[in-house]
Amino acid sequence: MTENILEVRDLVKHYPVTRGVVFKKTIGQVKAVDGVSFDLRPGETLGVVGESGCGKSTLARVLMNLEKPTAGSVHYKGQDISKFSGSALRRLRRQIQLVMQDPYTSLNPRMTVGDLIGEPFEIHPEVAPKGSRRDKVKELLDLVGLNPEHINRYPHQFSGGQRQRIGIARALALRPEIIVCDEPVSALDVSIQAQVMNLLEKLQDELGLSYVFIAHDLSVVRHLSDRVAVMYLGKIVEIGTEDEIYDRPTHPYTQALLSAVPVPDPTVRDNKAIIRLTGDVPSPISPPSGCRFRTRCWKAQDVCAEQVPLLEIRQGSDHPSACHFAEQREIVHSHEA
Amino acid sequence: MSEQSAAGTSGRPAGRLLEVDDLRVEFRTRDGVAKVINGVTYHVDAGETLAVLGESGSGKSVTAQTIMGILDTPPGFVTGGQVRFHGKDMLRMSNEERRRIRGEGIAMIFQDALSALNPVFTVGFQIAEQFRVRRGMGRSEAKKRAIEMLDQVKIPNAKGRFNNYPHQFSGGMRQRAMIAMSLALDPEVLIADEPTTALDVTVQAQIMDLLAELQRERQMGLILITHDLGVVADVADRIAVMYAGRIVEEANVYDLYAKPAHPYTLGLLNSIPRLDEKGQELRTIKGLPPNLMNIPPGCPFNPRCPMAQPVCREKVPPLLQIGAGRASACHFAEELVNRD
Repeated sequence: MTENILEVRDLVKHYPVTRGVVFKKTIGQVKAVDGVSFDLRPGETLGVVGESGCGKSTLARVLMNLEKPTAGSVHYKGQDISKFSGSALRRLRRQIQLVMQDPYTSLNPRMTVGDLIGEPFEIHPEVAPKGSRRDKVKELLDLVGLNPEHINRYPHQFSGGQRQRIGIARALALRPEIIVCDEPVSALDVSIQAQVMNLLEKLQDELGLSYVFIAHDLSVVRHLSDRVAVMYLGKIVEIGTEDEIYDRPTHPYTQALLSAVPVPDPTVRDNKAIIRLTGDVPSPISPPSGCRFRTRCWKAQDVCAEQVPLLEIRQGSDHPSACHFAEQREIVHSHEA
Repeated sequence: MSEQSAAGTSGRPAGRLLEVDDLRVEFRTRDGVAKVINGVTYHVDAGETLAVLGESGSGKSVTAQTIMGILDTPPGFVTGGQVRFHGKDMLRMSNEERRRIRGEGIAMIFQDALSALNPVFTVGFQIAEQFRVRRGMGRSEAKKRAIEMLDQVKIPNAKGRFNNYPHQFSGGMRQRAMIAMSLALDPEVLIADEPTTALDVTVQAQIMDLLAELQRERQMGLILITHDLGVVADVADRIAVMYAGRIVEEANVYDLYAKPAHPYTLGLLNSIPRLDEKGQELRTIKGLPPNLMNIPPGCPFNPRCPMAQPVCREKVPPLLQIGAGRASACHFAEELVNRD
C-alpha cells in the first residue's frame, strides 16, 4: 500500500457561543467537527457527504488551515500542518488548494481572469517567473476547457459553469497535490454540472491529483469518489469504499440518507421503500449523549444514549461503522431492467 | 369560487383548472429585450401533478409568476397569450378579480421560505391573517384555524409554535409553515416553485410526502417547478420540459423517462450521475443555454444538439402531438422515439 498523503486524526473544531457585547461570556460550544479521523491516499478521491450543519465545510476549512483545529492533527506527508504558520504555512499552501461552492462570490469582480488565475504566482513567484506568467495562465485556461483568448475578460462575462472552471484553474495554478472541493458543482445546472464533473475527473487522471470532495448530493459523490465518508453532527458515522457505502451500508443514517435520494426512474416509485426520518438534526451546541443519531434512529436502545459507538469494523461488515447495531441492508437496488 | 367552477364552459374537459396558452413574456432592460417566454402552453387538471422541468433561465419561474400576477412590471411585460383559470383569461381581469383568485383559486409556495415569510410577524399571525382578511373571522377563531393548519402540515406542538417567528423554525419547518399558509384558503391549484431545492434529502422526502398527501386529500392541481429529475420521477403525472422559454417536450412521466422525444430531454437524462452505479464518464450536453437576448434562429437547442441538421437552423420546430398525450418540439421527434 502506498503511503498516505494526508492523515487526519481526532480532528476537533469547536466555536465558542458568546453572549453580551462588551463583556463577552462564553456560554457554549458549537461542536462543528468533533473527532474526525481519515486518510487520503495519493491519486484518490475521498468523498465526504452529509446534510447541512454536519460540519463538512468546517472540515474543509481546517484541512486548508484556514482555521486552527481545537484539537487533533492533520499530517501532510508526515508533518503536522495544523501547527504550521508563517513561511512554512505559505509553502504548504502550494500543495493544498481549495475550490469553493459559489462561483459568483468567490471571484473578485474587478479582476480580469488573467489576474485572478495569475494571482497565486505573485505570492509564489518561484512557480512561474514573471515573464512566463501570461503563458502559464493561458495554458491553465486551455486545461480547464476555456478559451485562452478570454484572458482579459471579467468574471461577469462568464456563465456559472465557466466561472467554476476559472476557480478550478486558479486552484491548479500552483500545481498542488491535493484539492479540497467544497460543493463544487451544487450551484450548477444539471447539464453544466456534468461538464464540470468530467473536467475534475480528467484533471485527476492527467495531473495525479488527490481530491477531498465535499458534497451533499450522494449521486455526485458516488460518481467521483473512490472512498466515501458519511458525516452526521460533526462525526464520521461510516467510511468505506464507494461500493461498501452505497451497496452495503451498515449505519442507519447512511441507509436513511440513501433511501431518501429521489431516483430518476418513475417505474420504481411505487415499490421504493423510503426510510422516513422524523424531526430535524439536533443542534451541534448540545448534541445528544451517546450516539448522536439516536434521537432520529429507529434502532435506538438504552445503550445508544449511554455509549458513544466507535467507528470500527463490526461483525458481519467489511468497513468501519459507528453504530452499536450496525447491520447490512440493501438500499440502492439496481433498477436496470 | 364555487360559482366559477359551476360555470363549466363548453369544450373544456371536466376538471381542467388552469390553462396557459401561447404565453409570451419579455424583459425590457437597458441592455436590450430578453425574450424569456416564447409561447408556453400547458394545463393542469384537478388532482393532477404537472412537473415543469428546466434549467435556470428556461422561463419556468417566470411563467409561474405570470400566472400568479406577481411578475415585476417593468422590466417584465406580457406580450401575448392567455392564462385561463376555469376558462376565464386572468390576464384581462381587474386587479380586484385577480386578487380574489390568488390564495383561494391558485396559491404558490417558493424555494426560499425564509425570505418568503415576513420576519417581523409570528408564523401563526401570518397564517391567521388570511382567515381574518379573506374570511372575516375574529381573532380567536382565526387563531384556532391557523393552529389547525400548522397541525395539518405536521408541525409538532402546533399550538406552542403559533407564536414563533420564522427564524425560530428550521428550514424544513419553515417550508411546512409556508405550505400551511398557501393552503389556508383551500386553493384549487398549488404552484410549488422549487419547494425542496434548499432542503436536505431527508427533509426533502418529508416535504414531498406531505405535499403529495395534501394534494390527494384536496384533489388539488399541483404545478411542481423543478430542475431535479429525481424528484420529478417520484411525484409527477405529466411533465413539461422547458428550454429557452419554450416547452420542448410534454409527456406522461413514464414515457418521458423511457423514451424521451426531444434531444434536450435525452441529454438531461444522460448527464445525471446515478446513485446505483459508479458509472463512467458522464455524457454531457455540450455548450451553454442561449442568451435570451439573442436566441439562435431555428430550434433554440440546435447549437447544442447532437442531431442537428440544416433544417434545425432554419425552422423553429412547433410543439406537435406525436402520440397520446405526448408532444415534442423537435423536427426529428419520431426518429428519436422509434430508435432502439
